[in-house]
Amino acid sequence: MKSATKQSKKKKGGFLAGLAYDIKHNPYLCLLCLPAILWFCIFAYSPLVYLLTAFKKYQPTQGLWGSEWVGLKNFQAFFGSDAFFRVTFNTIFLNALFIVTSMVVSIFIAIALSEVGNKMFKKITQSVVILPHFISWTVIALLCEALLKTQNGFINNFLTSIGLEKINFYQDAGVWPALLVFLRIWQGAGYGSIVYLATIAGLDQEMFEAARVDGATRGQCIRYLTLPLLKTTAIMLFIMNIGKIFNGDFGMIYNLVGTNSMLYRTTDVIDTYVYRMLVESTNIGQSAAVSFYQSVMGFVIVMATNALTRKLDPDSALF
Amino acid sequence: MAKQISDETYAAKSKIKMTTGDKVLNGFFYLFITLFSIACLIPFILVVSSSLTQEQTLNQYGYSLWPREFSLDAYRLVTVSSDIPQAYLVTIFITMFGTLLSMLFTCAVAYAMSVKNFKSRSALALFIYFTMLFNGGLVANYLLMTKTLMLQNTIWVLIFPAICNAWNILLMRNFFNGIPDSLAESAKIDGANDIIILFKIILPISLPGIATIGLFYALSYWNEWYKCLLYIDSNHGQYYTLQYLIQRILRQVNYAASQPAEAVGLNSVSLPTYAYRMATIVVSTGPIILLYPFLQKYFVQGLTVGSVKG
Repeated sequence: MKSATKQSKKKKGGFLAGLAYDIKHNPYLCLLCLPAILWFCIFAYSPLVYLLTAFKKYQPTQGLWGSEWVGLKNFQAFFGSDAFFRVTFNTIFLNALFIVTSMVVSIFIAIALSEVGNKMFKKITQSVVILPHFISWTVIALLCEALLKTQNGFINNFLTSIGLEKINFYQDAGVWPALLVFLRIWQGAGYGSIVYLATIAGLDQEMFEAARVDGATRGQCIRYLTLPLLKTTAIMLFIMNIGKIFNGDFGMIYNLVGTNSMLYRTTDVIDTYVYRMLVESTNIGQSAAVSFYQSVMGFVIVMATNALTRKLDPDSALF
Repeated sequence: MAKQISDETYAAKSKIKMTTGDKVLNGFFYLFITLFSIACLIPFILVVSSSLTQEQTLNQYGYSLWPREFSLDAYRLVTVSSDIPQAYLVTIFITMFGTLLSMLFTCAVAYAMSVKNFKSRSALALFIYFTMLFNGGLVANYLLMTKTLMLQNTIWVLIFPAICNAWNILLMRNFFNGIPDSLAESAKIDGANDIIILFKIILPISLPGIATIGLFYALSYWNEWYKCLLYIDSNHGQYYTLQYLIQRILRQVNYAASQPAEAVGLNSVSLPTYAYRMATIVVSTGPIILLYPFLQKYFVQGLTVGSVKG
């Protein structure tokens, strides 16, 4: 990617010259690119035209061009509402929690797996911890309900049996960030450990042997060798995830919380909010404004993190 | 790079004696991994066991790790319903046809981007990469699908918008980059054009890469539900995918369970019950989970290639 941006900056007029060269000398390669280019034009670039909806009082019957232009009104309505702060905060807060906790647990699992000696044990457990990644949130939501429901739920039965108060999970918004983080770790940390495990396996094992010969304990090997060597991978994945911090996990929230408005205070993210506005209200212009806000903020965040990384640690920058 | 993953780390082969501290640490790691693995497995066991349990037992005692009263009723109910076989057909169709299209588009453009004397390759990479950084978002895409392309309530809405994935294209290009140029060049001297080179020379030696990326695409088609939710209404239920159908079934129960049965006009026999839901899950997710151990190495490959910068 680095070369892409650099070259296009270096010779702006060079693009057309290059294209002309390719059409003349590499016609078959151009032909190979064509389907994908067309696809991206239709499905990735042409929706951008519809971003204009955010500035209109969109009427389905009048279409995009026929609808009345209202300037920033849709944005003002959104920024002025309670929802603006709530969904922005929830999206960033939940994602930040997910990124940090999942990363820590993933690294921990990878180290633990690389430290256990028994090959058979390692192979089996490694396959098992990745499994939850392949169950859909729908199924997880159903299992959750069985665990958490107030009447006859697994956890509440347990709580009453040891003489504690029941927790009304589906009415108590306060417990949900912790619950979501827990579920996310359960679902994704094992899968996330694959990359770290591969990095550890790729490290120079002689270095570890040498450290051991010199009397380092296993703990010291982890502390002073493995962890520092995982830094680059960790930073790169961290940046990639920060870039997506404005994208709420729709599948997760929609399936677990659904339309339970008692939980919106802590779980409603931009994606679920936009979806509800799109299907429930007739005000498409305003939902487009929220969607637009999300796209722009996401882009700004990616650019900012990348610029910052390039300053601090050029090798870890994405482009 | 993936081959190293099963190689032993120093922990496995070290001959140096462990100190007490090392042993404690080692024991702790074993304990942690064991507990985490159990936590990962329990839900699977719960689902299978409750799908095999009698409905009344489930209502009375809740879930258990082993069926208290063994019963195949739920599976009988699943097999008589015509929705699930239909959803299977739809899902298999979009997975096979979709993956085929995806791979054709992806390999073609990724190969072009990997050829060194293709001058537009960096511009093309930027063109594709940009879509990962900035996109129209839900509303713009929704309007495009329903107002301009009019794809709603057709099976194509489940395939066309998912044909290309920028990340997968860049991964595929990384795979192709690893192939020496001399191969293509010598074929070119013999008079082959780039399309023939791609299909006759490059693709046959890129099977691991194709398998990995193909798997990513196939899984995304197989797990499709979001597009059903957005673009397919209940009058066109014949286009529901498996994952979305499960969702519908789960939600129907939530609805039915919150009302007295007679108020929704159903007798208690026709209500999709708990065991039924669990059986649906087993029938719909089972195959992919069973397939999974054979696919694991390709995941590892894809993820590790992905962590190498393009």
